[in-house]
This record gives sequence, C-alpha cells and structure tokens, in this order.
Amino acid sequence: MTYAQVELRDGVAVIWLDQPGEKVNKISLDLLDGFSEILHRIESDPAVKGVVLISRKADNFIAGADLDQFRQARDPDPVEALSRDGHVILNRMTAFPKPIVAAIHGATFGGGLEVALACHYRIATDDPRTVMALPEVRLGLLPAGGGTQRLPRLVGLQNALDMMLTGKNIYPRQAKKMGLVDDVVNPYALLHAAKTAALGLAEEPLERKKKRTLLAGLLESTPFSRRLVYKKARQMVQKTTRGNYPAPFRIIDCVEAGLERGLAEGEKMEEKTFGDLAMTPQSRELIQIFFGMTALKKNPLREQVRPVRKIGILGAGLMGSGIASVSAANDMDVLLRDVSPEALGRGEKALWRELDEKVRKRILTPFQRDRVFSRISGQEGYRGFEKADLIIEAVFEDLDLKKKILREVEAVIKEDAIFASNTSSLPITSIAEASARPDQVIGMHYFSPVPKMPLLEIIVTAKTAPWVTATAVDTGIRQGKTVIVVNDGPGFYTTRILAPLLNETLVLLNEGADIEDVDGAMRQFGYPVGPITLLDEVGIDVGVHVLRILGPLFERRGIQPDESMEVLFKAGYRGRKNNRGFYRYDPSGGGRKKDVNEEVYAFFGGSKRVSIGEAEIQKRLSLVMTNEAAYCLQEGILNSPRDGDIGAVFGLGFPPFLGGPFRHIDRLGPRKVLAMMEDLENIHGNRFKPAGILRDMATENKRFYDG
Amino acid sequence: MEREQHDGRKVVLIDGCRIPFLRSGSGYRDLTSYDLGRLALKALLDRTQIEPGRVDRVIMGTVIARLATSNVARESALAAGFPPHVPAYTVTLACISANVAITSGTDLIRTGQADIVVAGGTESMSDIPICYRKPVRRKLLEAQRYKGPMDFLEFPKGIGLKDLLPEIPSIAEFSTGRAMGEDCDRLAARLGISREAQDEYALRSHLAASRATTEGVLRGEIEPVRVPPDFQSIAVDNGFRADTSLEKLKSLKPAFVKKYGTVTAGNSSFLTDGAAATLLMAEDAARALGYKPKARIRAYAYSAQDPGEELLLGPAYATPKALDAAGLGLSDIDVFEFHEAFAGQILANIQCLASESFAREKLGRAGRMGDIPMEKFNSLGGSLSLGHPFGATGARLVTTAANRLIRENGTFALVAACAAGAMGNAIVLERWKDH
Repeated sequence: MTYAQVELRDGVAVIWLDQPGEKVNKISLDLLDGFSEILHRIESDPAVKGVVLISRKADNFIAGADLDQFRQARDPDPVEALSRDGHVILNRMTAFPKPIVAAIHGATFGGGLEVALACHYRIATDDPRTVMALPEVRLGLLPAGGGTQRLPRLVGLQNALDMMLTGKNIYPRQAKKMGLVDDVVNPYALLHAAKTAALGLAEEPLERKKKRTLLAGLLESTPFSRRLVYKKARQMVQKTTRGNYPAPFRIIDCVEAGLERGLAEGEKMEEKTFGDLAMTPQSRELIQIFFGMTALKKNPLREQVRPVRKIGILGAGLMGSGIASVSAANDMDVLLRDVSPEALGRGEKALWRELDEKVRKRILTPFQRDRVFSRISGQEGYRGFEKADLIIEAVFEDLDLKKKILREVEAVIKEDAIFASNTSSLPITSIAEASARPDQVIGMHYFSPVPKMPLLEIIVTAKTAPWVTATAVDTGIRQGKTVIVVNDGPGFYTTRILAPLLNETLVLLNEGADIEDVDGAMRQFGYPVGPITLLDEVGIDVGVHVLRILGPLFERRGIQPDESMEVLFKAGYRGRKNNRGFYRYDPSGGGRKKDVNEEVYAFFGGSKRVSIGEAEIQKRLSLVMTNEAAYCLQEGILNSPRDGDIGAVFGLGFPPFLGGPFRHIDRLGPRKVLAMMEDLENIHGNRFKPAGILRDMATENKRFYDG
Repeated sequence: MEREQHDGRKVVLIDGCRIPFLRSGSGYRDLTSYDLGRLALKALLDRTQIEPGRVDRVIMGTVIARLATSNVARESALAAGFPPHVPAYTVTLACISANVAITSGTDLIRTGQADIVVAGGTESMSDIPICYRKPVRRKLLEAQRYKGPMDFLEFPKGIGLKDLLPEIPSIAEFSTGRAMGEDCDRLAARLGISREAQDEYALRSHLAASRATTEGVLRGEIEPVRVPPDFQSIAVDNGFRADTSLEKLKSLKPAFVKKYGTVTAGNSSFLTDGAAATLLMAEDAARALGYKPKARIRAYAYSAQDPGEELLLGPAYATPKALDAAGLGLSDIDVFEFHEAFAGQILANIQCLASESFAREKLGRAGRMGDIPMEKFNSLGGSLSLGHPFGATGARLVTTAANRLIRENGTFALVAACAAGAMGNAIVLERWKDH
C-alpha cells in the first residue's frame, strides 16, 4: 500500500499524503515509513531543493491516530515503541538538510499536527474546515510524537500547556497569531505558497520571531520562572480533575523534562509515559466513550429518514430557545412560538446573546450571526406551521397542557409532520393518546442548556413509526447532538436513573449528612456538580415533579420515596430560581452561589450534622444509580449498555473516566458489585435491591461488554 | 414621436408589510438600514410564506447609504434568508426610492424577465454617515501615500481648525442649496396656503394615524419586531402625537424661514427609521402558487420639474400622466395615498390638481384635474404622522392603498409622492377582482 506519492515540481518534491480507501489520513507507522522512505530517496537528489508535505484529502491533513492500535494493546511496550519509532522518523525530518514545508488544509489533529510541528515551516489555509489541535488529553493520553517537546518551543510554554491540557481547537488566524503556523493563505494558493516558501527557505534559512507577549516572554525565559508556570499548571489540573485523570500531569512532566533537561530526555519520557497512560483504565474508558460516540453519529435507520427543513418549536423558554439555537445554527428554519411577545422577546434575546458571544469571540461574523438569527421566526401564532416537518413542544411540564397543545397544533400542521415532546419525564405514550396520529409522536429529551449539553435522549413508544424515529435521530445528529434512542417508560432512562440518586441524597441528608460533604464527595467521585447543587439548578419543583412521576414505580419495588423534597416544595423552596434552595445565592453578584442555606437543615432533622464518610456517600449514590441503569437494561428501556453509558456520561455528567454505569460494573466486576449491593440492601433495604440482570451477570460470570 | 403603451403581463401585488416606523434615535437607534431592511424582508417572508429561492429579484430603495452596505438590498436579502442565487440591487431616488423599486419590479414582471419580485425600501436616520470636511478628507487620502514619519509633518498644512469639525449631511437641495422646508415655505407663500391650514392638515394627519393605530387598522400591515439590545416588543409606530392640538401646533416657531415662515416642525415630517417591503408577481405566477393578490399595478408615471421653482409639486405633475396611462380620471379614484413631506406641500398639490390655470399653463390640458374628496385621502395618517423613512415610504403607500381598496370596497387607488430634485411619481392600483 502506498500512503504517499511524490512528484517533482519546479525543484520542489511535493509529497501527497493519501491513505488508500479512506476519507481521512490517519497517522500510523506505515504512513511515516512511506514518508521516510521518500525522504531517503530525495535527500541526495540535487534536483530537489525543498520538500512540501500536503494532503490529497478534501478536508484533512492528517486527522489523528488510529485508536484501535491502543485499544488492542495489552501491555505498554508496543505503545511505547510506537512513540519511539515515531520520534526517530520525525527527528529525521527535523534534521533533514532540505527545508520541509507542511501545507495544512482541513483537520490536523494529534499526530497530524505533530508531523507538521516536525517540519521547518507551516502554512495553513483560511478555510473554516482548517482546525488544529492536540486532543490526546481527552482520551487520557498525551501527544507522543514530540508534541510535548516541539509545541512549547514553537508557541511558548503557556500557550502549549493550554493547548495540550484542554485539547482545544485552534483556528488558522489564531494559529498564525500564536506562531503555530507561519502563514495563512486561501486554499487555492496553498500548494503554490508552500512551494515558494520551500524554495525561499532553501536560499535563506528562516529566522523566526518569537510571538510572545512581554510578560509571557519574561515568565518563560528562565528555569526559575518556568518552575512557577509548571507549579501553577499542576495546581490548576489538580483543582479541575481532583486527581481523577493522570494524563494532564504527565503532559506537564514531559514538557518540563524536555525544556529543563533537553529534547532527548523529554522524548524518552514521552515514550515511556505514553505506554503507561495507554494502559490506564481512565484512557481505556475515555477511548471507549469516544468509540461509542462515533458509532452514535451514524444513524442506523438512515434509509428511512425524511427531510426536516423547517422545525416548529412551541415555547420560547430556556429549552425552546435552546433547541431553536442548535437548529438554526445547523441550517434548519425555525418557527418559534410563544403566547406573548414578552416571552418571545426573552427567548430571542437569549438566542441573540449566544450568537453575539460568538461574534465577540470571532467565531462568527456579524453577518453570519444575522443570517442564523433570521432563520428563526418568533411569533405568537401558528403562521407557517403548515410547512413544518417537525414540531417540538417545550412548554411547561404538565401532561394536560402538553396534550392540549398537541391537539391544537395537530389541527394546523401537515399530515406527515412529526410531533416531538421535549419532556424530561412525562410518558410519551400518554401524550400520544391525544394524537390522531400516535405513530408520529416521539419524545426528544434535550438537556439544559441545550447549546452546551451534548446529549439528546429520544424516546419511542410502542406505536412510534420507524421513519419517525429515523428522522428524529437524524435531526438530533444534525443539531450536533449525540443521540441515544430509548423506549418509553416513567422517566425514560436518564431521568429514571437520576431519581434514585436524588432520593438517596435526601435520605443521606435525613441521616444527618452535611450538604457540602455530599456535593464534595460526588465531585471528588468525578461529577462536574454535586447532586444537591444540581437539584438547586434544575429546581426543587422539577425534582418534586420527577419523584412524583417515578414514585409508583419505586413503590412497586417496595421502596418508599423520601418525602422531604415535597415538604420543602410546599414551604416555597424552588432552588436557585427563587433564591430559596439548599444554597444561598448572591443576587448582586449575578446569582453566584455563596454558601449553604443552613435553614433547610430544619427539614432534615435540624442543624446538628453528623459526619458521613466520603467513600460511604460515593458508594451509595453511585451504586443506586448504576443499579437503576441495570434495571433499565433489564426492562428494555435501554437497547444496549453502550446507550446507557453514553446517556449517563453526556446527559448526567457520570464521570467519563469511569466509562458509564455499565463499564463501571464491568471494571469492578459484576460479582463484586453484586456483593456490594447485597451489603447495602441488608443495611438500607429495598432501595439497594440488585437488578436481576446484575445477579445473572454475576452468577454466569459475564460482563455487559464483550472483550 | 408617438409612444406606444406596452402593457405586457399583468402585475399583481400579493401583499406588503413594514416594520413599525420609529422616530430616529428611539427603538432602532442601535440598528443600521441594513438591519431594518433585513427585518422587513424577513417579515415579508414570514407573512407571505413565499419560498425565498423562488424570488427572481429583490429591489430595495434607500437614500442615505452606508459605505459598508452601499448595495443594502443585497446584504439585507442575504441576511434575511434569501439564497445567494437571487439577485438583489438597491435603487435611490430620494423620497420615491421605494416607488422606483416597485415600478422597476413591475417592469421586470411585465416584460417577462421576472415572475416574482420583492420590492421595498429601508432607511435609518439614526445612522447617517458623518464625514470630515473636504480639506481633511483630501489630506487623509494623501497621507496614505506618505513614506516616512517626516511626511506627516506636512499633514496639518492647509487645514484650519474648523475643517476638523465633522460635516453632518443636511437635507438641502444640492442644486439650489435650500433646505426642503424653505422651499415648502416659498411654495405655501406663493399659493397663499396659510399657517392655519397647514396646522389643521397636520392635526388631521396625527389624529388619523392615532385612530388607525388604536383601532388596529394598521396592524394588518405592520409586522411587530423585537430588536437588540433589549428585545422589547415593538408593534406600533411611535411618531404620531395622539395628544396634539391646534393650540400646540400653533405655538411652534417657524423652523426654516425664521419669523415670517409658516412651516414648523409640527407640520413637517420628522426623521424616521423604518423599512417596508412588497411582494409582486406575474398574475399567472400568483395563480400557480395559489396566492390571492390584493391589487393589480395598473399604471405608473414619473415627472420632473425645475428644482428651483417646483421642488414639491411632483404629485400634481405625475398624477395626470399616470391616470392617462390607466385611462382614468381623478373622479375614478376611490383611495388616495399621498406622501406627506409637509402639510404645505400636500395642500399645494391638492390646490394645483384642482386648478384650471395649473392645468392649462403647466400641464397643457384643457380642463382641471379635479377636486380630491378628502374623506378618501390619507385616511389612516401619512408621512407627517406615521413617519417618513425616505427609502421605504413608497412601499408603505402602495401597501396601505391596496389594503384600503379592499377594506373600503373601492376599485382604484392612486399613490403619489414628491422627491428631491423636483421629481414625482404616481402609481395607479386596481383592486384584484377576487376581493
């Protein structure tokens, strides 16, 4: 197989990267070997004065690495070797006597960017598809092709750490500004510009001006001041990851080793650390999630998808305007209906602010903002609804209201329009009872804030037609969401597994637990926010509503739901929205969280608190949710453990490094989990009664995932 | 040479709408004419549910162009959701710019070059370009060719302090240097139109606009908007004074000819921000798409006189031409919609149309045009009270005229307006038979 072809043009050897049979070039030793072999051939060819490295693919230079090679590795050695071999080839490139210019167009991620970094000069196109990043940290890994070494030398220590610790995308103009690329040109001029640059460099070697600010330059100029930067970075990482993710620390280690003790030392550490990180459970889980997410980007029913050009959204509140936002941003026309101009104005203002923020960050031009905004027609009536292909209701969570709205809108929409309910807990089957076309009714459960939350949970009933599901999934994918499809049932999947966790939280508070202890324990466990903060955020009214809907289901399993939230609700507590919640909020400081609202302890047995261990809190809250996920799989709410894992991670913030409830059980071992559950059941009763499927797995010594 | 009248295909007005007209510096103060145009075009799309890709042309009038959006029609259309393949251009003819947009669209359809045209106009008086004076402008352009820092020492030479003051464009006639209000004062004096008559007409306009707004009659052609930064609902015009009275109007000082003049801020139109758009179609296109037109564009005409003497008499000159082209007389008209630049200008035109001598001496016609029954004239208010965004007013007049034809059960409507440069336009509409 040939990964690269070379042609000699005007004294420049143009190396075209073109992985056969693939839409993208992926970094691999084969690719690098082919490339290295070409370099060897042209090294002594007097006709070649310079080299250009360019991709033949439409929208990528090199889009990263083939992750399967890490997934299959059982021990660190082969992974380490991968990095070592890469270093040899990339170092040969850097030492090549003739200038090598990377001509970058399209996605340039991970190893792809490291190849570019090993070149002598980089030119990127100004195309919106040209994006550069070192995203390895998101997979629990590090840039092991010299990235931790060459990047800080090129763009400065702080810029490099920022890129590698967040994995964030860098766009061409930004890249030029920070010195990641030397020039930006239009896509049609790329090859010409790269060739000219190569010939120019052959004549006269480049002196690259450092593009650092005075302060950054000073801070990074001495080993002593750099030590401050490393220290600060480690503190930041500790604070955000709470030590749950090893990769960011290792990245800082490698950077430090390279800058303070030389490139060779740095690369040696990069190799060793890469092998080690690939073996960590964190990396395995993160890669697993990445695969799950990638798989969900493909719609299994794509043949049945019908086009959705126009979406009618009922309700311009937080959810409605959020759905409008992700729809309009992805080329769908939106009819946004609410009953009053004031409500519409609030929704439109939120939409506008979000778009304007992108203008401020130079992601959009003002014109692009206007064009996206124009796709949304805010209105008090049903004008244009007869042309809508999909209706999504996002009105108040009340079954009768939703039924009424369904009947109302069904009278004006076309016959093959889909009606979707954005509810977090009301049974779709009950809503569909109001419809003359129940096969065209579906649930589309978005998460708030819609533009930021990646998950869409689609709920199908026994009557939902496959084309309706296919079309809803397609719409969600187009809106940029990761979509899971679940079957109807109280609370569907995400709300259902959240409910026992919230319930157990209340039980803990009633046992005397401290509010901050509970939240702190769960954040340490890996959740972005603790369950009590979450309750305040979504609203105690919503929490009550959810527990009411799910109450009967739990009662059938012999669980008596905790009633203290109901009492709080009746006493007027709504959470953050009315500044009466578990925490107090600063009305002058933009509603920032201040401290625990001690008066709520009156509802949980008084202000005297007892100390409940972190491990105890974590065990109870994580297992009660994990067990409920198992019930969902057993009852057929979930179609696969993968959907359950992705749903919990992306919808509820289940710690990604644990992979999701099912991966969590698999890693701990179903037998061990069952034993832990049985212990808890003995102490606390039916709340911890293990799901049958868990017992089956344990007795048959099986796992939810193969391999 | 005898000119032949080519009627060509029938052109119909499907519908029109505007965003509320606001006094400049109020609700739209943070927006530009591009924004207002975009809002009006988007409103028309929403209202008519026409697929924007099917439109053959977007034509918008504007008077005060911003350099960045000199073809404001194109930028507004693209931002409103028209796909790139729909050509869009901007026309400008002072206060009858939108009239030009509509008549150009009419011709495109009539001659078979287009089936569907969106025509309207946009204007922001809250965002007028303010320039350096000529000596500074010249120096700034020269400075682009400066090579070294020493050259900049040349810069202040020949520039006086007062040259550094910004130049704010005034609404003065270029060829005469007179403000339009001064011309109105001259015209009123010449024709003996009293201050009282002007104030009474202004009062009538404000009260009519106020009544039409309160009774919700105008709601049928105004699309409410919510705009940055606060997104409060803007659903009605804010220029008319419901509480004005003859006493109040009388108390105002002359605005242009100090001391003895009769034209005041109260009987003149005010600076306005706004935009409007209409949807025009060939009759067959409307039928094929299932649209029910409101009116047919029967005929139109333009006139032009000496700006020094007859700046504001456009309607009196254009009306006979348009009526002739339609084969109608003034008495056939059921609905009159005239642009009210000034109360004095309106009264002058009405007087001229009623005058034997004007007909004989100026129009070369045997008999006078006739009296306009005032109950049929601008009965929902006019530019004096609703406001006058220069580039958009024509589209408001045509839309209102068509809607009034239907509501008042008339057959023919006459739209007429004057413009700087002593130009005039008149358009004859005929109610569509199905209405």
